[in-house]
Amino acid sequence: MSIPVLNVPGWAAGVTAVLLLLGSGLAFTGCLGLLRLSRFYDRMHAPTLGTTLGIGSVLIASMLFFSVLQARPVLHEILIAILMVVTTPITLTLLARAALYRDRSEDDPDVPPMIGKQRMHSLQEGEVFVQEEEQDRGQALLDE
Amino acid sequence: MLRRWLPFPLLTAALILTWLLLNESLSPGAILLGTLLALIVSRLVVRFEIPRSRIIRPISALKLACNVLVEIVRSNNAVARIILMPNKRYRSGFVLIPLDMRNPYGLTLLACIITATPGTLWVEFDSKEHAMLLHVLDLIDEDEWRRIIKERYEKRLMEIFE
Repeated sequence: MSIPVLNVPGWAAGVTAVLLLLGSGLAFTGCLGLLRLSRFYDRMHAPTLGTTLGIGSVLIASMLFFSVLQARPVLHEILIAILMVVTTPITLTLLARAALYRDRSEDDPDVPPMIGKQRMHSLQEGEVFVQEEEQDRGQALLDE
Repeated sequence: MLRRWLPFPLLTAALILTWLLLNESLSPGAILLGTLLALIVSRLVVRFEIPRSRIIRPISALKLACNVLVEIVRSNNAVARIILMPNKRYRSGFVLIPLDMRNPYGLTLLACIITATPGTLWVEFDSKEHAMLLHVLDLIDEDEWRRIIKERYEKRLMEIFE
């Protein structure tokens, strides 16, 4: 099957090309950041370039191009965007928490302690100070 | 009767819309089949006993969506700069943010918004302390971030859901 690309008017082809270049450029920058940044938590930020504006531009390019080509609204790319937004927090949080768990068990000084314990250490925040219950909670979770 | 067949009207509508988008069709057959499937699925979902909630202010939801889109574009630019300029100094770190919001959908949406914005990452949530741990790539002022999350997002999400 040959794709009749020539049926697409110049402006649509131009906008599509710009959006595709922007999207792939952002995805590339994200990968570069994954390689270049030094700490694990910093690195996790980099790929979000590709999963937000990067994929957004590619999807808009796709919607525009095929809507013009087929002379009808092509909108099902919206679903990809929605599913991306809903699912990426799950994997990212999972990764971050796995790293946190490892760093905390190694007593890494750069990583904050569990939220309940952290509250105890920073009393200047003026929050209610709950001592024993919070102290044992981490242990209780492990025992379960 | 209506409650029985439409326990989650928004979910049913979203499922019909998804079906129509996937089929790329507005033919009576697609609408009929989509409606049927959406009705069956949303009745099955009742068994999961998911908490109920309503969007009280749809207009502020739309406003928030626009703000988030703008913010995503801006922070894409900021993070790309940090990556592409090797000499740019930045300091990353964690911020503990106490939350007042209790609505589970609001919290989920807040997590989605924070993760979808490059440069910020929802790391951990403690449902007992009602506090979240945020990781920020370019952390200049911790109180500033507490204020941003609470004022810009949490307050408005609470308006929408609670």
